[in-house]
Amino acid sequence: MSDLRELYQELILDHGRKPRNYRALPDARSADGYNPLCGDEVHVFVKLDGNVVEDVSFQGQGCAISTASASLMTQMLKGKTVTEATELFQTFHDLVTGRKDDEESRNKVGKLVVLLGVRAFPVRVKCATLPWHTLQAALNEKKTPVTTE
Amino acid sequence: MSTLEEVRASSPVAPIDVERVRADFPLLERSVHGKPLVYLDNAASAQKPRVVLERLQRFYTEINSNVHRGVHALSQAATEAYEGARETVRRFLNAGDVSEIVFVRGATEAINLVASSFGRQHVGAGDEVLITTMEHHSNIVPWQLLCESVGAHLTVVPVTDSGQLDLEAYGNLLTERTKLVALVHVSNTLGTVNPVKGMVALAHERDIPVLLDGAQAVPHMKVDLQELDCDFYALSSHKAFGPMGTGVLYGKHKWLESMPPYQGGGEMILSVQLDKSTFREPPGKFEAGTPSVAAAVGFAAALEYLEGFGGFDGIIAHETSLLARATHGLQQIGGVRLFGTSTCKAAVLSFVTDWAHPHDLGTFLDQEGIAVRTGHHCTQPLMKRFGVPATTRASFAFYNSLEEVDTFVRALEASREFFGA
Repeated sequence: MSDLRELYQELILDHGRKPRNYRALPDARSADGYNPLCGDEVHVFVKLDGNVVEDVSFQGQGCAISTASASLMTQMLKGKTVTEATELFQTFHDLVTGRKDDEESRNKVGKLVVLLGVRAFPVRVKCATLPWHTLQAALNEKKTPVTTE
Repeated sequence: MSTLEEVRASSPVAPIDVERVRADFPLLERSVHGKPLVYLDNAASAQKPRVVLERLQRFYTEINSNVHRGVHALSQAATEAYEGARETVRRFLNAGDVSEIVFVRGATEAINLVASSFGRQHVGAGDEVLITTMEHHSNIVPWQLLCESVGAHLTVVPVTDSGQLDLEAYGNLLTERTKLVALVHVSNTLGTVNPVKGMVALAHERDIPVLLDGAQAVPHMKVDLQELDCDFYALSSHKAFGPMGTGVLYGKHKWLESMPPYQGGGEMILSVQLDKSTFREPPGKFEAGTPSVAAAVGFAAALEYLEGFGGFDGIIAHETSLLARATHGLQQIGGVRLFGTSTCKAAVLSFVTDWAHPHDLGTFLDQEGIAVRTGHHCTQPLMKRFGVPATTRASFAFYNSLEEVDTFVRALEASREFFGA
């Protein structure tokens, strides 16, 4: 598969075009993320039931990579504990930045592996991680916007 | 013959021989991702002709030393080259006097210099600085900082749907509180060539000085400062085929003479005592520290190279063909929305497609060896005006060929298929 097709796998194009959980969540924790490089923005909403992610959604404007990453993220997180969510982010982050690439990590992130094509495109890694950083900010009720800088 | 309109309205001018021109630019020979480079990011930074690279090499191998006040041969040679470059800039822009040419780091520093020095002297609480919605951030933020610090207000000329300035609004926004108009000559995002000569004249009727941001004009058309009659003109060397790290602030002598220094340091003083210093006459007063001498000398080589074309008519004729072909090609594809459709525009195409985000498109085109810029192009207020977060921008220079335009259009078509539209 060419690097480009690897980057834009069908699942990514599908989530990019038809993002899941693309809506605001009233009364949820939320945070904003910006990519000053391209002007993209993402707003992540997360509702907790105790320590468990009851619902998670997002809105914003972004490229196929960041939109698909946000969309897949919302699908994966429902029902996970905050600790599990943070661990998932850490593993995904290690994989996508090339810090790790072992079978165990790949299994752990499930269908997020489709996003690993960004490793051949260093300037696009931030597109994939922005929604996740923004999620962390929402969980931590961080008021200042997250940026990729 | 000087403006785009005039050249386009005139009898056909022979365009330049693009193959010969391309041979002058070594970088254009390289490939990217195994494909011949198609460089369409000229509005961000232009490539350099061999004569510029040779001039830099010669400076560093033969006369490198610090300028001014050196008694040794090298320092004298470097000073002569540096001051010679200043004269070349003056001649190229037809400024009245060489003392009106200040070397700075680039257009951004030129504008900051005026905001800081002229601004603090002439703009006070309740006053207004008039800019436009199509300004580059470098012609917005310095004025915001000034206005914040002195309690002045920023007023803004709106942009029409075709990407032109609303001239009626401009007339109405010139008030007795307006202390300066800061305006872009050619928009880096839209390509629109603003009717700056008339706008300067209108402001002058009310004794309001005008700064023009000419970063995108100088590479594409004859700029005659005495004819424009603007008070300040800012430009960058690297966008006009010269080295990075230098640029020019032109200022009318009457302003530069009375403006306080921008930065303090060596080179800009007459004498320094511990309790007080006196400063050189312009332009020295505004050039604290060792300037980018080699870059200035290289910039002069770039301008001399442009002068070798015997005027801009042939360049404009060629760039007009590039723009027409690219515009037509994009319109043929369908699903492309163009921003900036003024009849008087430089060869810049800003657009969005209904099949891919600009960022994704930029990555796709890069794999084809095509360099475009994607994002807000440092014009976020303009993006907001048109309701998009980002566009893809293809910006051409006279060394781009019609074949490259075709390659670009074909790649766009292919991207449509790739992204599954």
